Amino acid sequence: METYGRHEYPGRLFIVEGVDGSGKSTQIALLRQWLISEGYTVFFSEWNSSPLVKKTTSRGKKKQLLTPTTFSLIHATDFADRTEHDIIPPLKAGAIVLADRYIYTAFARDVARNVDRQWVRELYQFAVKPTMAFYYRVPLEVSLSRILTGRSELKYYEAGMDLGLSNDPAESFKLFQQRIVNEYEAMVDEFDLTVMDATLPIPEQQRRMRKLIRPYLQSVRRIRTSAQDSAWAGLAREMRPSHADLQGRHRG
Amino acid sequence: MTRLEFYGIDAIHLKERDEILPGRLIVIEGTDGVGRSTQLHLLRPWLESSGYAVVDTEMTRSELIGAGLKQAKEGHTLGPITLNLFYATDFVDRFESLILPALRAGFIVLTDRYIYSLMARAIVRGADPLWIRSIYGLALIPDAIFYLRISVDDLIPRVLQRGGFDHWESGMDMKMGGDLFDSFVNYQMRLLEQFDAMAGEYGFEVIDAVQPVERIVEQLKERMFPLLPQG
Repeated sequence: METYGRHEYPGRLFIVEGVDGSGKSTQIALLRQWLISEGYTVFFSEWNSSPLVKKTTSRGKKKQLLTPTTFSLIHATDFADRTEHDIIPPLKAGAIVLADRYIYTAFARDVARNVDRQWVRELYQFAVKPTMAFYYRVPLEVSLSRILTGRSELKYYEAGMDLGLSNDPAESFKLFQQRIVNEYEAMVDEFDLTVMDATLPIPEQQRRMRKLIRPYLQSVRRIRTSAQDSAWAGLAREMRPSHADLQGRHRG
Repeated sequence: MTRLEFYGIDAIHLKERDEILPGRLIVIEGTDGVGRSTQLHLLRPWLESSGYAVVDTEMTRSELIGAGLKQAKEGHTLGPITLNLFYATDFVDRFESLILPALRAGFIVLTDRYIYSLMARAIVRGADPLWIRSIYGLALIPDAIFYLRISVDDLIPRVLQRGGFDHWESGMDMKMGGDLFDSFVNYQMRLLEQFDAMAGEYGFEVIDAVQPVERIVEQLKERMFPLLPQG
């Protein structure tokens, strides 16, 4: 079994991290669009989305069966399934893999839930080390107002209600998020996270992200060279006579 | 009293809470088809008739993940790392929601397999031994581990009698041989190697599983008796 830092694949892995409301998902979605338009093969993987595990996780959450340790393990199981299907094979094939949240989400959330810091790091030893890991740093007031305005209800585990920090979900959420932010900040040096200023205008953040990624793309294979080529290719396809046309011509 | 001792990190923080566990944690280990459950079925009534409250537990029975794990094993997309973590989640769920509460309440916990089978299976499936050990490092060191030992040659007729070779018990997820039988032999041989390697390290009490069922249960009772709370 390969462990963290030992994997060597021709592909690239870029991941985004940050608290809810930091805008990281917006940034990685924009990055994905750009990479596709540049002709790269892009694979996208989202936290907590394994078809094998998702149902068990949501059942555990709904019935409140999860302790901090099983919460941690079930998310690691989900991540393992995505590592074995959505991350390692495309990286081996030379694709660009983008992940919205990665192991650092688990480290931040699980430790905020009092899971042992070292134990959870060892649990994720099988993970591939990202080419670059972006951390979208945002003042807590900003992310909280983005999340809490217009939201009717916070879910039990999402608000960290299992920790018993407060009986008020919004208050519990704030305290829980603060703990998560503290963990992220401590990981910046530990895992060499690239800190991004998430208070800047969206296009400016995106411009910076693309600039940082570009040097790592040099030897990555493209299916097309650029968006322009692909536009031409699309046009050429449209102008080519269809199968039906050809058959009609034969008959005529 | 089960002592608050762990193989690795006390990730559940039992020491911090000064837990007292007046129960006993007794493990029966051994490979597939060796006769563990037969022994447990004989031990439970013996303990209960002697006045001890008993809880038993076995793999894949967790409320959280039992059904999901079964479903995942029926498909064909389950990779080895994911499989290992499914089992780890199953174990920790049973550990926290069943084993620990029973030990706190003074029960005798009889467990059909513990972390040793899980580690052996994981290592045979290519897991990094350090990785898998660190995960299961949160497990309590049991009061006793009885290991029912058998050779592959002696195991084969039992498994046939019981209904034949099972897909997972033959390691067919890794195709360890040209057919079910070859894969079974290779897989079980490698599992037994792991068990034997662990026997010394973890202090297994080895019991020869080739003996008649009655002889084995007598030996188990004899060795278990001094471990039980007296008076």
